[in-house]
Amino acid sequence: MSAPFGRRVAVVVSRVELGAYVVLEVADDATPAAPGQFYMLAAVERWGGGEDERPFLGRAISALAARGERRVAFLLEDVGPGTRRLCELEAGDDMYLVGPLGRGFVPPEDGQEALLVGGGVGIPPLAMFQEAWGGRALLGFRDAQRAPGASLFDNPEVATDDGSVGHHGPVTDLLDRVLGEGGEFVLYGCGPPGLLEALRVRALRHGVAAQLCLEAPMACGFGACYGCVVETTEGYKRICVDGPVLDAAVLV
Amino acid sequence: MIDFCGIELAHPVINASGCFDVLAARACFGEELIERFPFSAYVSKTVTLAPRAGNPPPRLWESAAGMINSIGLPNPGIEGYLDEHLGEYAKLGVPLITNVMGSTAAEFVALLAALEDRSEVAAIELNVSCPNVATGLDIGADPRGLRLLLEELRPLTQKPLIVKLTPNTADVGACASAAEEGGADAVSLINTLRAMALGYGGKPWLGGGSGGLSGPAIRAVALAQVASVAERVAIPIVGMGGVSSGADAAALLEVGALLVAVGTESFRDPAAGARISAELARLFAENAGS
Ligand SMILES: Cc1cc2nc3c(=O)[nH]c(=O)nc-3n(C[C@H](O)[C@H](O)[C@H](O)COP(=O)(O)OP(=O)(O)OC[C@H]3O[C@@H](n4cnc5c(N)ncnc54)[C@H](O)[C@@H]3O)c2cc1C
Ligand SMILES: Cc1cc2nc3c(=O)[nH]c(=O)nc-3n(C[C@H](O)[C@H](O)[C@H](O)COP(=O)(O)O)c2cc1C
Ligand code: FES
Repeated sequence: MSAPFGRRVAVVVSRVELGAYVVLEVADDATPAAPGQFYMLAAVERWGGGEDERPFLGRAISALAARGERRVAFLLEDVGPGTRRLCELEAGDDMYLVGPLGRGFVPPEDGQEALLVGGGVGIPPLAMFQEAWGGRALLGFRDAQRAPGASLFDNPEVATDDGSVGHHGPVTDLLDRVLGEGGEFVLYGCGPPGLLEALRVRALRHGVAAQLCLEAPMACGFGACYGCVVETTEGYKRICVDGPVLDAAVLV
Repeated sequence: MIDFCGIELAHPVINASGCFDVLAARACFGEELIERFPFSAYVSKTVTLAPRAGNPPPRLWESAAGMINSIGLPNPGIEGYLDEHLGEYAKLGVPLITNVMGSTAAEFVALLAALEDRSEVAAIELNVSCPNVATGLDIGADPRGLRLLLEELRPLTQKPLIVKLTPNTADVGACASAAEEGGADAVSLINTLRAMALGYGGKPWLGGGSGGLSGPAIRAVALAQVASVAERVAIPIVGMGGVSSGADAAALLEVGALLVAVGTESFRDPAAGARISAELARLFAENAGS
């Protein structure tokens, strides 16, 4: 299913704070996103003039949920001028939207158990995955301000870096325990580069398949600029059109 | 209709090379892209003789009202382009301009030879922003070298030759006029301005070390360079650099461009070209009415 051509204006219908995160719900009646797909977002008003006179380009943001019929939701963390401006948007504000874009996750086959391993603001594609296809969620957060992100999941197991919520340590501790129990697993991962690399290594070591949702700075999100590449066994691939979800086996 | 070097174009807005991959865009947006194709001609990304992987990431840096890229001209090489891309581009229903770059005159000669029999190609754009191995200067930054290159290439093809001038030169007007003397049918400008960005620890951020600045940040430079080239040459000019509205396009036409190309703005809005040409048509209509 393809996205409408061009950027469109959509209205923010709600803004809810979830600890350090902001959840925006936006009215949109285009093709719903699949888990792992993303949109390029920008505010219609005052996009620019922040830190370093940025933002200028749209920002790639994963779909969190295609709620009901005509809604799409996003989870945002203020990490710079682009996400800061998006986090400021209130119900009634206009937003530019291009998408849904990219290739999302492929669901597990019968008899396989999906392990959804997410870190921080990387959890939205996994929340959407669980809603669509189920799966056991293992989530890592920095601290108690971010752990409320776990409320987007059914029965999540949580780890925090500072030990304030759940297991004290990296989410890979939880994963190692589950992998140790044995089973027909497929890993689905999204989060910071360090986590994705840890998942890639574990997938290799345990001989399990892994689909990882990658990130790179993006100018366009639709394959036009060749700016978002990652090195793979088949050369550089554009994360926006060949991903963002890639099979861990092709990563180097 | 606009007559550009004998090619009929429906309106004056085309894409800037390397800023719109129709094959990827079609995969994202489907048939609507073709039905509402924003450009009156399609310019390919730069094609070189041998395939190129491009520069290591990171390739992008966002700057004030613009961006710096060090993409490094990834492309499948001329054979891959002819076998895999050109046939698909031909389905767009607009004239095709193939942008090529050689690092020597001999490479340009081979690229022109490969394109000569392909009727799908309406014109050839020569990217001369490649450093000359002998002098270290961009081929396009040296007026004499540029004239000699064009004198060698002009007799080799029936197709119009557009020279994509580099802005990284002391006197772009002299370069444009040298291209015209050498036999160029048109010039296009501006390419990106050489730029760099520092990341953590004061190290260059971009994988390629430095890159090229584009977007609104270079719009005023583009206007000045197009204006100075227009004073020096009689051949058609394709103006580009930071065009993000019909008014920006009108300004380039006002100082002497026949066509305008949209690059970076398409990243922010894939359909920017359509909006810009509609705004431009409205400006023309208003002016005609007043
Ligand atoms: C497919 C995909 C999905 C994503 N989903 C989400 C999501 O659901 N929620 C969410 O909050 N984020 C998401 N992101 C991440 C978000 O798009 C980026 O973090 C974005 O760059 C933030 O922009 P900013 O202006 O807030 O921060 P920036 O200032 O862009 O900082 C982010 C990082 O970019 C680098 N950087 C700093 N300055 C520059 C510069 N001038 N030019 C280029 N790079 C620079 C640094 O490494 C910095 O840590 C996603 C990214 C991708 C690719
Ligand atoms: C990401 C990117 C890739 C580009 N690739 C090419 C290229 O392959 N060949 C070329 O001649 N120019 C290339 N350019 C330059 C553009 O065609 C154009 O000259 C320049 O970006 C100025 O226009 P703009 O400000 O509208 O982007 C590229 C520019 C960008 C931003
Ligand atoms: S972001 Fe432009 S090609 Fe991927």
